[in-house]
Amino acid sequence: MRGYTGKFLEVDLSTGNIKNSTFNENILRQFIGGRGLATKILWDRLGARWETIDPFGPENILLVLTGPLTGFFPGSRICVSGKSPQSNGVVGSTIAGEFPVELKCAGYDGLIITGKAAKPSYLFIADSEIEINDASHVWGKDGKQTLKILTKESREKLEKSFPRYGVWKEPAILYIGPAGENKVRMASVMGKWTHAAGYGGYGAVMGSKNLKALVVKGTGPLPEVDDIEKVRILIEKTSQECYKGDAFRRWGTSGAGYEVGANTSSEPVRNWQEEWHDEKSFGVNRFEQRVWIKRYWGDFGCPITCMKIAMVKVGPFKGAIGDNPDYELQAYLGTNLGIFTPEEAVYLSSLIDDLGLCGIQCGNLLGFAGELYQRGILTKEDLGGIELKWGDTKAFAALAEKIAAKEGIGKTLADGSYKAALQIQKIKGQDVMQYAVQAKGIAIGAHGIRSGKDYPIDISYACSVQGGDHTSIAYVPIDHGDSELAVILHDSGVYCWFTTFESSQNLIWDFFKAVTGWEIGHAEWYETSALRILQLQRTLLLLGGPDLKWNPKVHDDNPVRFYEPLPSGPYAGKKIDKAKFEESKKEYYDAAGWDENGIPKSEVLKRLGLEEADKVLEEKIRQDLRL
Amino acid sequence: MSGQKRIWIVRDYLKCSGCRKCEIACSLFHENKIWPEASRVRVFMLVPGVEVPHLCAQCDDYPCIESCPVNALSVSEETGAVLVDKEKCTSCGLCIDACPGKIPHIHPSEKYAVICDLCGGNPQCVKTCNEGKWGALRVISKADEKISGRDRAYKLYACTPEKITRDLVINLYGEAGEELI
Repeated sequence: MRGYTGKFLEVDLSTGNIKNSTFNENILRQFIGGRGLATKILWDRLGARWETIDPFGPENILLVLTGPLTGFFPGSRICVSGKSPQSNGVVGSTIAGEFPVELKCAGYDGLIITGKAAKPSYLFIADSEIEINDASHVWGKDGKQTLKILTKESREKLEKSFPRYGVWKEPAILYIGPAGENKVRMASVMGKWTHAAGYGGYGAVMGSKNLKALVVKGTGPLPEVDDIEKVRILIEKTSQECYKGDAFRRWGTSGAGYEVGANTSSEPVRNWQEEWHDEKSFGVNRFEQRVWIKRYWGDFGCPITCMKIAMVKVGPFKGAIGDNPDYELQAYLGTNLGIFTPEEAVYLSSLIDDLGLCGIQCGNLLGFAGELYQRGILTKEDLGGIELKWGDTKAFAALAEKIAAKEGIGKTLADGSYKAALQIQKIKGQDVMQYAVQAKGIAIGAHGIRSGKDYPIDISYACSVQGGDHTSIAYVPIDHGDSELAVILHDSGVYCWFTTFESSQNLIWDFFKAVTGWEIGHAEWYETSALRILQLQRTLLLLGGPDLKWNPKVHDDNPVRFYEPLPSGPYAGKKIDKAKFEESKKEYYDAAGWDENGIPKSEVLKRLGLEEADKVLEEKIRQDLRL
Repeated sequence: MSGQKRIWIVRDYLKCSGCRKCEIACSLFHENKIWPEASRVRVFMLVPGVEVPHLCAQCDDYPCIESCPVNALSVSEETGAVLVDKEKCTSCGLCIDACPGKIPHIHPSEKYAVICDLCGGNPQCVKTCNEGKWGALRVISKADEKISGRDRAYKLYACTPEKITRDLVINLYGEAGEELI
């Protein structure tokens, strides 16, 4: 097999057992790697008892998987997955960095981690040397401290083991912050201070396994490919295409912090009560002029380098360092909280990263709490003395710290807006779910659908197998480049989505051919492989459990807020039309091969060779919906 | 010596994006594989944001060559690069100890010292860095530097990645930088 090392490292943290496993070529061609293979592994190993699996139990499997194109296709990412403590289904959550390259160079396509360590631990991998090491000294430490300590001690360890190698370059490290340790459902798997696999809540899964970090150094080459000369040419070609598209390189996604509010009117403002603002104070030019200290920052192989490093130079938040908030964090830790100045957004993003929280999930939750405070549902007393006024950065920061520590109200809010809403409405005796802007337990990305001017459509979040994930949206036609079937390819590949924006689909197929030797092509992918992965993700999402179960009739829907008219801006008055939404949903169900109840159809599953899934759906889901 | 052709790779660390395309280009050129640990230029990131492309500085006095007990190292007449004779090299590591920047390292599988050879005069790392318009690595002519005596200054760049990082982290993050390394 080309493009793969052919080996996966399996670690049982309960017993300390370590072994290698493999998958045959047929499985790999169908499920590729990353998100697709994660879904397959979870289905095979846990599918039969999925609804009994506690995402925080030792039986949950943490998957950290590369794909065949990882390291070759410009822009390296790795996919983190498992049973999600947010949706109780499967989320493929990708994170950029050198970790996947080091892992493949160490000889592994991925990590399959089960069990629970008896004490805080981290996994250390140096080629075939694998250790489960004590992490007590970094437990409780924030991202910057954790990375500093583990980088130092890992290099010392490498230098001791191989003294004549020369100066050892640092290993790559994925880690969790205090939020992950405390099993906050909005916790990310973090890298390089600011990189996060946020959607899915897998930082909390790592925490539940007492697993603080993964450290890897690989000294070998990336695996053999089918045609290295073609790969070399394709890297060049893809990069050249990226160099032409200058916007992301110049401003990253952060140009959107102003534009998406002012132009397309689809940016969350004060918990989505509005989606429009014209705050020029929040313009990308002001971020650039006031806080950028490094203009181009990227990861292995990246031709775009959309990240910028920012540092607050003056004022109460002086000294805060992070990547310049990208669009999502500008929106969720800025406008969504009524914050419209670069320094405050940088500070809050930096704090959220240090705590190991997901900026999207936590920014959404903070906005939800802000609205409950605005409406007098949550009081200063409830919030442990915090006056949670819009725009008060210190107040939102204080609440984020309570959440990461699960202190006071933070314990409830740590479950994210959906699960927190369920608890708060019980305590307060009134409906607060209407203020939770989420889909199937996952906060909706900062791209609203009411104005109709942004890329997601009315069914995008309601019908996605990854809920509110803005990187994986339901779309018709189902083979459109924005559809989650296209995204599954990238997240299984596994490589950066942004580097594909300037490339044709044919170039991506050529890349797969040059690396793996497989001629996959449009029909195989969209009519078979991607659909197969989608059906399995959908099946596991519907099985849910043990603490919640989604009913498509109720939960394949938008948050209440999206049916309210936009109150301001150029698209004031626009809202989602429920009747039209139902029509689009029907159209999507049909395209996805789902019946009128949103359940994958028997004949579709059989055609895809998913007889087992059909049986499970018949026994556990279809029956219920017929009643 | 045909000093006219001698070149030097200028490194502007703060412009390095950390994309590591130099490692990809170098290892593809020398190994016909993508192999970061076999790359003659290695990008260190001891602190995020502080990416240090680390490669031979071609010191004027070449202490590595002096240190080699088996005469495996020589200076290219054409480019001034240090050339490693793979057959002679015993991977003893003395050149690493002699280098003020600890820049050479032992090839991960072949067991010889890996040192930048300037790709014979057309360094692939520089090419890719400039195609991407980052400008962290550039080629300059070393021809006139002998006259000004500046060639001795090139050796100042033969520093350990730790030392370079300690300087850069202050430049980039100010006082806060001291806490980060």
